[in-house]
Amino acid sequence: MLNKNFYLILIISAVFGISFWIGFNVNLLPVEASINAPIYDELFKILFIIGLIIFIGMTIAVIYSLFKFRKRKDQYGDGIALEGNLSLEIVWTIIPSIIVLIIGLYSYNIYDRMGGMKELNHSHEMMTSNTEKIWAGISQASNNEFASNNLSVEVSAMQFAFLFNYPKGKFISGELHVPVDHKVSMKMESKDVIHAFWVPEFRIKQDIIPGQPTVLNFTPTKVGKYPIICAELCGPYHGGMRASIIVEEESDYKDWFNKNTKTEVSL
Amino acid sequence: MTISIDSKDSNTKSLQPKGWLRYFSFSLDHKVIGIQYLICGFLFYLIGGTLASAIRIELASPMSDFMPRDVYNQVLTLHGTIMIFLWIVPVVNGAFGNYLIPFYVGARDMAFPRLNAVAFWLIPPSGLMLVASYFVEGAAQAGWTAYPPLSITTPQSGQIIWIMSVLLLGGSSIFGGINFIATIIKLRRPGLKLMQLPMYCWAMLGTSLLVVLSTPVLAGTLILLSFDIVAHTGFFNPVLGGNVVVYQHLFWFYSHPAVYIMVLPAFGLVSEILPVHSRKPLFGYTTMVFSIMGIVVLGLVVWAHHMFTSGTPPWMRLFFTIATAFIAVPTGIKFFNWVATLWGGKISINSAMLFSCGFIINFVFGGITGVALAQVPFDIHVHDTYFVVAHFHYIVYGGTVFIIFSSIYHWFPKVTGKLMSEKLGIIHFSITFIGFNLCFAPQHWLGLNGMPRRVAEYDPQFQFVNQISSVGALLMAISTIPFLVNIFLSIKNGKDSGDNPWNALTPEWLTSSPPPVENWEGEAPLVEEPYGYGKPINQEN
Repeated sequence: MLNKNFYLILIISAVFGISFWIGFNVNLLPVEASINAPIYDELFKILFIIGLIIFIGMTIAVIYSLFKFRKRKDQYGDGIALEGNLSLEIVWTIIPSIIVLIIGLYSYNIYDRMGGMKELNHSHEMMTSNTEKIWAGISQASNNEFASNNLSVEVSAMQFAFLFNYPKGKFISGELHVPVDHKVSMKMESKDVIHAFWVPEFRIKQDIIPGQPTVLNFTPTKVGKYPIICAELCGPYHGGMRASIIVEEESDYKDWFNKNTKTEVSL
Repeated sequence: MTISIDSKDSNTKSLQPKGWLRYFSFSLDHKVIGIQYLICGFLFYLIGGTLASAIRIELASPMSDFMPRDVYNQVLTLHGTIMIFLWIVPVVNGAFGNYLIPFYVGARDMAFPRLNAVAFWLIPPSGLMLVASYFVEGAAQAGWTAYPPLSITTPQSGQIIWIMSVLLLGGSSIFGGINFIATIIKLRRPGLKLMQLPMYCWAMLGTSLLVVLSTPVLAGTLILLSFDIVAHTGFFNPVLGGNVVVYQHLFWFYSHPAVYIMVLPAFGLVSEILPVHSRKPLFGYTTMVFSIMGIVVLGLVVWAHHMFTSGTPPWMRLFFTIATAFIAVPTGIKFFNWVATLWGGKISINSAMLFSCGFIINFVFGGITGVALAQVPFDIHVHDTYFVVAHFHYIVYGGTVFIIFSSIYHWFPKVTGKLMSEKLGIIHFSITFIGFNLCFAPQHWLGLNGMPRRVAEYDPQFQFVNQISSVGALLMAISTIPFLVNIFLSIKNGKDSGDNPWNALTPEWLTSSPPPVENWEGEAPLVEEPYGYGKPINQEN
């Protein structure tokens, strides 16, 4: 009996050990390039480890039962007439409920840290009229504190391109340039069908809806060029609907911004 | 009610053709209708599978080079629609439900045999109409979700035919649902209590409630959408002041329960198969019943988790996260109970059992990614990517389709009186299991790293993983061959199975195989313990 329990504990700890090892050592996600990304990856790691424990545990249980309790050639008759075990069933109702509840609360916390639970502020510079109802994506950090420092961009999506309007510079660009470590606020609207704005390295996505502006805020943390991908089926060229976001040092960004502003004015 | 059917039976039966011809007739026999559903569904599965192969060929290279882009969108739309509405829903509900439910309740037929036949005969024409729409002006190309405004702006004939076809299939589904509820509630043999019914009856009762409650919403939504297309109304058209997100709410109010319409019957079927082959009672009958009903109730209030990036208010996102994640609890109970059913049994490892155990492993994996997807912050990154594609194929293919195959191996002797070849069955299982996991497991990584779904072209760095996935799809296509060979060989030269080759205790095995037209020669037996394995009175031999 002691022997049996010993093996059980050994197997359970092996499952936990393997799951934690994989969870901490196997990276399935792209580069972290925004404030959201490390928060997201933290959640991912936890869900990945819990998922692995359950999956490996269940798989071992099924395969072990198939081997251990397979019918031998010389065996006849039925297995034990076990119709249930109330205490066992209560255990595997309550434990998953607790796990699910904890995951739910934890992901609420993650979502809050991403700024998802924040009511969008009406004094925000982009929202010119108070009557206009704007639906929010994620809004990272407080809207008031950095309102003056925010970079505001108006995004319009159409089959099959993104256009980025810089209201302060009065120009439109096909590439989204943003300074690193600055909060960017985007107001997005579609000209035709539903599109979506997705930057995998930022772990953010928001649909761009015709007739209903949406807002998405993010703060890039890593200089580089990342793809902007349309994630909502929008027609034949959906797969080719791409743009780039270029995260650059503030000085580089200012150069680019001034260059574009000037040419626009001179035209 | 039963009396009137019996009296009419004697008149109509003489008009019914005999032999294999009866499968092409307007038969009122629930067994014939069940087989009609199964074969019709399987033919559409072959069409849908061919379309899936076309998708995987296109995605073997990063460029859009195998077919024109708009045809690609038609192919993915038809693939989704056919697999859901013409293969999985009709087969797990219509085929097995019609064949088994009257046996399980001890009736000679379904409550409404004519409605039953009508429900089946709506399927072939609407399916053919859907496939044929490709030759009109191109099939629908807005995905199986048909989100406006895309579905309003793409070529109209394809979209309208798609709507008509889905409406007819939805109607068929509702007729079937009403019939199952009536049969299970009203046609039970005297003395048979609800809590003595085999688990598949409970699964079908829950499923049929979902069908009857949610399918009309889909029908209404699609009718409004068709008005927007042909009559230029503005329900969902933003140009005319319509709201596109309202469509998504209405659509997913049906289409999330549709997931349970596809998996709950599979849960029921696996609950029949596991006890028989492991020679043990189903573990925790009562909790299984309550977990089915729990899934039904929760399944109706989780639809907005498909819309976390649509711009829903924060409180709504939170509610739907918690509600969705909690479905894992009743579902988890069922999986623990199935493993407990295996535990301590005397398990015969055969094709039916292998597919059922493959189902448990695949579905647990799909369920885990499902709980992750329910979390708003997690979903925001992977929504509409290959991660989601992988997740739902683990549920509907790794889950339900595995159970369809398992059920075919399990009930083939019942229908034909012949045994299937175990050797070919194990080959079929091995290729399917390896091919399936090779095809869909890598897609999780693709989604996490930046490949959206429904694209014909992608970044070159994803090519290798996509090719692995395509090889898996090829294996899945190949796996159909040993299965079909097995079916035809077994019908022709299969070993005689006897009436009850598995020594099962559920009522359908307590008559001859194949069963007589009236199901039982005399009175239907009263089966109070359909899972009474291991009890002295039921001991094998």
